[in-house]
Amino acid sequence: MKYEAVIGLEVHVQIKTHSKMFTRVAAGYGQPPNTLTDPVVLALPGVLPVMNKAALDAIIKAGLLLGCDIAPLCKWDRKNYFYPDSTKNYQISQFDQPICLNGSVEIELPGPARNIQGEHKSIALTRIHLEEDVGKLNHGAFDSLVDYNRAGTPLMEIVSEPVIRSAEEAYAYLTSLRATMIYGGISDCDMEKGQLRCDANISIRPVGQTELGTKVELKNLNSISYVRDGIAHEIKRQIAVVESGGVIVQETRDFDGQTGTSHSLRSKEMAHDYRYFPDPDLMPVKVDEAWKARLRAECPELPFAKQTRFQADYQLPYTLTSVLVWDRALADYFEEAAQLAGPGKAQAVGNWIVNDLLRELGAAKLDLADSKVRPSHIAELVKLIDAGTLLTNAAKEVFIDMAATGETPAAIVAKKGLAAAPTDTAELEQWCRDAIAANAKSVAEFKAGKESAINGLKGPIMKASKGKANPKLVDETLRRLLAEA
Amino acid sequence: MNGSAVADPLASNLVSEGRPCHFPDPSRGFKCALGRDLPDNGVVSASPALVLILFPFSPVPDVPLHFQSVSELAALLEAKTITSVELTQAVIARTQAVEERIKAFNSYDAADALAQAAASDARRAAGQALGPLDGIPIGIKDVIAVTGQPLTASSKMLANFVSPYDATVTQKLKKAGAVVWGRLNLDEFAMGSSTENSAFHTTRNPYNLDCVPGGSSGGSAAALAAGEAIATLGSDTGGSIRQPAALCNVVGLKPTYGLVSRYGLIAFASSLDQIGPFTRTVEDAAITLQAIAGHDERDSTSVKIEIPDYRTALKTKKGPWRLGIPKEYFGEGLDPEVASAVEKAISYYEKLGCEIKNVSLPHTEYGVGVYYIIATAECSSNLSRYDGIRYGHRTADAKDIVDLYFKSRAEGFGPEVKRRIILGTYVLSSGYYDAYYLRAQKVRTLIRQDFLNAYNEVDAIITPTTPTPAFKRGAKADPLAMYLCDVYTIGANLAGLPGISVPCGFSSGGLPIGMQLIGQPFMEADLLAIANAYDSAHNWGRRTPEL
Repeated sequence: MKYEAVIGLEVHVQIKTHSKMFTRVAAGYGQPPNTLTDPVVLALPGVLPVMNKAALDAIIKAGLLLGCDIAPLCKWDRKNYFYPDSTKNYQISQFDQPICLNGSVEIELPGPARNIQGEHKSIALTRIHLEEDVGKLNHGAFDSLVDYNRAGTPLMEIVSEPVIRSAEEAYAYLTSLRATMIYGGISDCDMEKGQLRCDANISIRPVGQTELGTKVELKNLNSISYVRDGIAHEIKRQIAVVESGGVIVQETRDFDGQTGTSHSLRSKEMAHDYRYFPDPDLMPVKVDEAWKARLRAECPELPFAKQTRFQADYQLPYTLTSVLVWDRALADYFEEAAQLAGPGKAQAVGNWIVNDLLRELGAAKLDLADSKVRPSHIAELVKLIDAGTLLTNAAKEVFIDMAATGETPAAIVAKKGLAAAPTDTAELEQWCRDAIAANAKSVAEFKAGKESAINGLKGPIMKASKGKANPKLVDETLRRLLAEA
Repeated sequence: MNGSAVADPLASNLVSEGRPCHFPDPSRGFKCALGRDLPDNGVVSASPALVLILFPFSPVPDVPLHFQSVSELAALLEAKTITSVELTQAVIARTQAVEERIKAFNSYDAADALAQAAASDARRAAGQALGPLDGIPIGIKDVIAVTGQPLTASSKMLANFVSPYDATVTQKLKKAGAVVWGRLNLDEFAMGSSTENSAFHTTRNPYNLDCVPGGSSGGSAAALAAGEAIATLGSDTGGSIRQPAALCNVVGLKPTYGLVSRYGLIAFASSLDQIGPFTRTVEDAAITLQAIAGHDERDSTSVKIEIPDYRTALKTKKGPWRLGIPKEYFGEGLDPEVASAVEKAISYYEKLGCEIKNVSLPHTEYGVGVYYIIATAECSSNLSRYDGIRYGHRTADAKDIVDLYFKSRAEGFGPEVKRRIILGTYVLSSGYYDAYYLRAQKVRTLIRQDFLNAYNEVDAIITPTTPTPAFKRGAKADPLAMYLCDVYTIGANLAGLPGISVPCGFSSGGLPIGMQLIGQPFMEADLLAIANAYDSAHNWGRRTPEL
């Protein structure tokens, strides 16, 4: 029998704010335990929460980016449960009136080949709501310690409809969602720091059946790859259980990405009654049209829109755009360099960025912002090559120097004497004639209309010139001579 | 000291220029310095002599410092007739003399109070006095946080907790120069009407030590009545300021919900709790409210409004007012002596030219039921934080985390607190929420609407504060009987309205009686002016108990 998976994802995203959700103490990561606390975080007797408006701004912006309906009122509820990671033993959250409803995440499925764009699909969202993060428990052999640094950090819960059908779709969903959050400046979404966390609800059913199967919740999916691996594993596990005559039990399972295995954490009998009720300490906040309009004006262009535009405006191939658009800073960097380089040079700019700059950053473990190579450097480099001043091999050397020193390409060319020698046109023309004479087959093919056949002539010329011939001049000369012949 | 203060209260209070006496003069019995009989000279007194036996006043002609009002003492301090250290010493001495009998305090820190008093005197000497509260010892209910002082809520759960921070009202009192004085007893977590639910001890009513002072702010009321403070702060969730004020012959004001910040007040029921003052006169209530009212960015339920000058309003707002008498508050269960005292107060207003109108608050009968759903629901959640993990009582032997929660809370909370947590957990439970909590909220809206409808016709509503005067300790063992103590005060909390209890006489047994005035939202200036019109002419609150 053929089965299909029904998957819904619950994604928690920490909002990047200076202070916590309901108090002024700093929000942050990597500080000594319990230093990012104050009477409110610790829930001392008598303290009260006060909403951080920046967090509400951020979630509204997220909702606008994802096409959600924004509720006219931001209302707060208490979710009551006892656990030491919560200082109040209730979490301030949103129950029946989430701030964002509906909306969707656009995803791209893998294409038939790396250089071919895949199919796009829209994954519907149920809701996005705002809440506060909880503390972290560290279990030792004899005791458990709790660190409340994370407690009270603004947290969004993004709930998808159960419309995801495969581990690959889940992977694409998270990739796109993550990029959207980073683009909007809403979160850095660093999964290692717990800024983005994902739980998956998974069930299977025979293809054609409309009724849903029993769902299993998968937790502790600590990276986007683990989400994919965990879901794939769970789908296989469920199919195996059903095929061997077993029954799926509603439960929560823990996936270990290292070993690729999962085990049951708890079954449904442990389900909580959270006794939600409106938090009387927090007044509902009205979100009017002017507020939304202000945030809409701050919304950036998203990756897929950018990709379409880069393909149209800069004539970039899919392979380049698929690298450039997923990182907002990189895309902005590209656009700046392409503008400076001028018309017709965008692809060369893109190639330098994707091939050389990214490799250099990876090797040096640098962020783009910290690189000494600025967009103006790339633009100048491309212009020098285009003008014939700089040949490819020399340009590579200039790039390495530039990355190390931050000097301009022109300065490096001058410093190192890397300028291509002034071309002796007579000598160049002779090399071209020799190449045409010696490669009748290529000439015939070119004349028959095979444009790429001209490259068969360029190789011998480069060899004859020991790599110093100006490729642009070679190309022009060859075409002229071939036309004459 | 502001410019409107009277320079010499001893001189000005006794002259007959329309300004009534501010403290009792034993030589005149119940006659006021105005030279005429008050319209009601005590509920039961056939003759002044009888009353004098029942309520003997201080034999010395001068009222001792510890029984003077804030306004009088402010004038004495400003005139440098006394120092804050002298005043604070007097209050400490009085406390040491009577506290064994009253048991109003959970703790007090005399050295700290004297240091604050010395700082006040230094400010004054430098010409930098901060206003009428500068140097005045003000007692604090032990649910309001004061840095470095215990904060117990009269619960075993917090018996050893010391607050590392100040409540906003504490900060405001400190900014006003007040001497923050003592931690006053209450019913555990402010749940009760007698202080019998305190985990530490029951406070006594200074007018009859066998009787309760009311609650939950019983310590705040009793300490003031016994001269152990010049003013005190309490909190009022269903009557916890007004009821003990009535039972202890002091003025007690519950402000409009949102007027005074709740930051630093241990929450019982967040949508009902409000901090307010206990004072000897309505004028003192105006002075104290002035210091603590106003928007606080740390409390989202505190409201951004302009705070008027309440003390000035006592003089500028002159009436005559339209006063409503709700028939629902004068029915079954009301003690005839209480009814009679309140009716006399009403007839005084009538004599002042006020229009007395019958009004109806038809949803009154649902008040107690609605209250015990909403208040318990909120408290079940608010008190979850007391779990023995980070602070407070933790059981000595716990097998695991669940056991730690169960035992710490079982040992740390008293029976009334547990009862309310269980009730509140029940009404919020899945499947019951709509039938109880949601419906209670709807009825609450109707109760508020009752009041707002009445305010189309009247400026304020007059009721008894309590159905009966103070009762004996142990007399109300049935929790439901105890809950009915708040039947007249709960409405103002549910509707979020300001309410004030003003002393209006004594029972035949010598126990104080209070009248309640309920005003319109954020119109404390008017409410205080109306209350002051009666209080400044009668000064029941200036009588003192024999101890």
